[in-house]
Amino acid sequence: MTTPYDPNAQVHLGVFYTGVGPQLIWTSTGNKPHVAIETFTEVAQLLERGLFDAFFLGEGLRVRENQGRIYDLDVAGRPDAITQLSALAAVTERIGLVATQNTTYNYPADLARRLASLDLLSDGRAGWNVVTTDNAWTGANFRHGGWLPHERRYERATEFVETAKALWSSWEPDAVADSAEAKSWARPGAVHDVQKDSDLVRLHARATVPASRQGRPVLFQAGDSDGGRELAARHADVVFSANTDYDKAVVYAADLRARLTRHGRSPDSLRILPGASVILGDTPEEAVERARWVREEQISGPRAIAFLEQYWNTDLSAYDPNGPLPGIEPSEGELDPSRGTIPIERRTGKHALIAEWRALSEAENLSILQLVRRVTPEHRTFVGTPSQIADEWTHYVRTRAVDGFNITPHLVPSSLEDVVDKLVPELQERGAYRTAYEGTTLREHLALPTPA
Amino acid sequence: MMLIAVDLDGDGAHPAAWRHSGRRPGDVLTAAALREVVGAAEAAGFALATFADSPLPPSRGLEAAGRLEAGTRAAHVAPLTDRIGLAPTLHVSTTEPFHLATQLASLDYASNGRAGWVVGTASDPDDLATVGADSPTDPAEVVEVARRLWDSWEDDAVIKDVATGRYLDADRVHHVDYAGASFSVTGPLITPRPPQGQVVVLAPAELDIDFQADIVLVGRDFTRAVQAKEAGAPLVFAEIEVVLDAGAPGDERLAELDGASPWPDSGRLRHTGSVAALVDLLRSLPPAVDGVRLHPATLAVDLPILAREVAGLFPPPQKGATLRSTLGLPRPASRFARR
Repeated sequence: MTTPYDPNAQVHLGVFYTGVGPQLIWTSTGNKPHVAIETFTEVAQLLERGLFDAFFLGEGLRVRENQGRIYDLDVAGRPDAITQLSALAAVTERIGLVATQNTTYNYPADLARRLASLDLLSDGRAGWNVVTTDNAWTGANFRHGGWLPHERRYERATEFVETAKALWSSWEPDAVADSAEAKSWARPGAVHDVQKDSDLVRLHARATVPASRQGRPVLFQAGDSDGGRELAARHADVVFSANTDYDKAVVYAADLRARLTRHGRSPDSLRILPGASVILGDTPEEAVERARWVREEQISGPRAIAFLEQYWNTDLSAYDPNGPLPGIEPSEGELDPSRGTIPIERRTGKHALIAEWRALSEAENLSILQLVRRVTPEHRTFVGTPSQIADEWTHYVRTRAVDGFNITPHLVPSSLEDVVDKLVPELQERGAYRTAYEGTTLREHLALPTPA
Repeated sequence: MMLIAVDLDGDGAHPAAWRHSGRRPGDVLTAAALREVVGAAEAAGFALATFADSPLPPSRGLEAAGRLEAGTRAAHVAPLTDRIGLAPTLHVSTTEPFHLATQLASLDYASNGRAGWVVGTASDPDDLATVGADSPTDPAEVVEVARRLWDSWEDDAVIKDVATGRYLDADRVHHVDYAGASFSVTGPLITPRPPQGQVVVLAPAELDIDFQADIVLVGRDFTRAVQAKEAGAPLVFAEIEVVLDAGAPGDERLAELDGASPWPDSGRLRHTGSVAALVDLLRSLPPAVDGVRLHPATLAVDLPILAREVAGLFPPPQKGATLRSTLGLPRPASRFARR
């Protein structure tokens, strides 16, 4: 197979602002107050100056805990995504506004309506990052609790998305009267009810708004399991993938494009934007040094102990982060989900993992802190000068491994100022990044086809 | 002293208002239309703007079949305004109570403390069918759980203590452990305590939750105002539909609107006639009520007159004021705070 090469390929950029979690270095003065509307406005306007495609917000369903207590080491507490993005739509003009919203603890008609409203208020700039949740611990805040078993969450997600799409296309294009003298506000028969009656989705609803300028909100999908990829191939416009390393990205893109073809979609009807962290320096050495500082800040001594507590499931506060791993045996049970959703591969087998860590720390004489910094999973981090990263990213998009990146910031807004002011001009110099917004809608920014 | 709220839904409260909007019918669903009416209401000095809503199109027929969701409307105008209160109607049976509390707390942040909530109870079988529900949710339960969730982070929960590495004080963020008849919520809220402590709750009198409301909204039956005060409601507002003399006399305008599409009686007061008579009516209402919520029949016609002749009779909110301070309501302490 020859590697595709497109010399005109463009880097599309988004920022995934989770608003909470260990990647945000709150101890630094480079971070602004995390819930203030002014902080969000500043970031969204900064990204718009940098001609970004999209600003993403994460979704909160439950505040994280450790050992039955509220987890106190990370930034916690954030606004509702659609509410916040509706406000930001008023103080931005072009950037896409993407809300992460789950399909387990929402009602399809209610959520579809809020997203459609955001889409109209922003004049075609809304997106929905479709996620699923399956644990009863999160469900304890919601009417239906933990009713959805893991293997059925993508079934529900698929039916949910199909219902939302049906609601978004339920007004015929010319449904609304064009003059005050018309017989009625809406043309008879031009607004269709949507009905669904399965064991996972039951509703009879009518949309209260017509389509926006971009047809419907742009759908993002992040799941990497087979179910997630199938959902993406059937319904998503963009995947927010975890396959950021170049070789993995190439394999992933091939898999996804094959799935698209199987579902009768054009391979170019979907954008691939993996998650990424970016750490820039004026010299390669400075970037490496900054990356080391970021990792150390993100994984402090108390966080390293808390990380182990999740696996040992017992109080380890008496242990020194700079000392050896706890000699005591972990509890029998597997991980509890109160520190956030656990990837499926980590839900079982913690004892084997702990045995591996013990072997590693003995072989290399690692302290708790050193070990945890080594084994904590992280988004792929691009570390280098703006010119180095611009070269790398240009190669990624021109060889069609990805269509761009979704950046997770560690300092808000200062780490993003560097991207806008230093990295974006380098990409522009290489002809791999827009120099002005050409369209007005999120779908146009992403060069996606109009939905059928 | 009188507090004046105005509902700014769509083209106006009358179902045929769109015929007199002076623009293309679909334009009501744009940000520009929303910004225009909210901007006018704030400039005039109204204390509070409310946004009526429904899970289904406002008319079950073909009149005014479009409506943007109210929470997104209120949030959208939050950063464009700095003194008027913003209170969307959110419905308790067709939303998740936890999301509803989060959305309102977030509106309070987006507006720097100007959020209110008109408790909505749409629960006809058609409304319930939109979420596949078989029975309505008791509004008393949802107001109770929302207030608990707004209290669940104490005001000083975020400590950012660099020395110990603690972002928050876990002893000041609380589970609410609410277990009601039809749902339960563990908490805490995902959003820290909103700027006003608790969002201002407006409850229509027919909900019979006076003791849980900050403002009870009463119709023509003013004995309900007395009852609400006795039940401990801090404020009572009268609901008044308004069709003013404007070019044509108010009753002629109303007849023409009703001819196109009848306006059902909602139990509210209705003033049809001169703005001077409306001002007299407003002056006659205290102390039975503390304020009014006006429902202009047609925003394009009635709102400019109300803005010019009525809003200015009473002191406007101060720039940067929270809705609670505009209304003279205290900021509640969190129920979880150690005394």
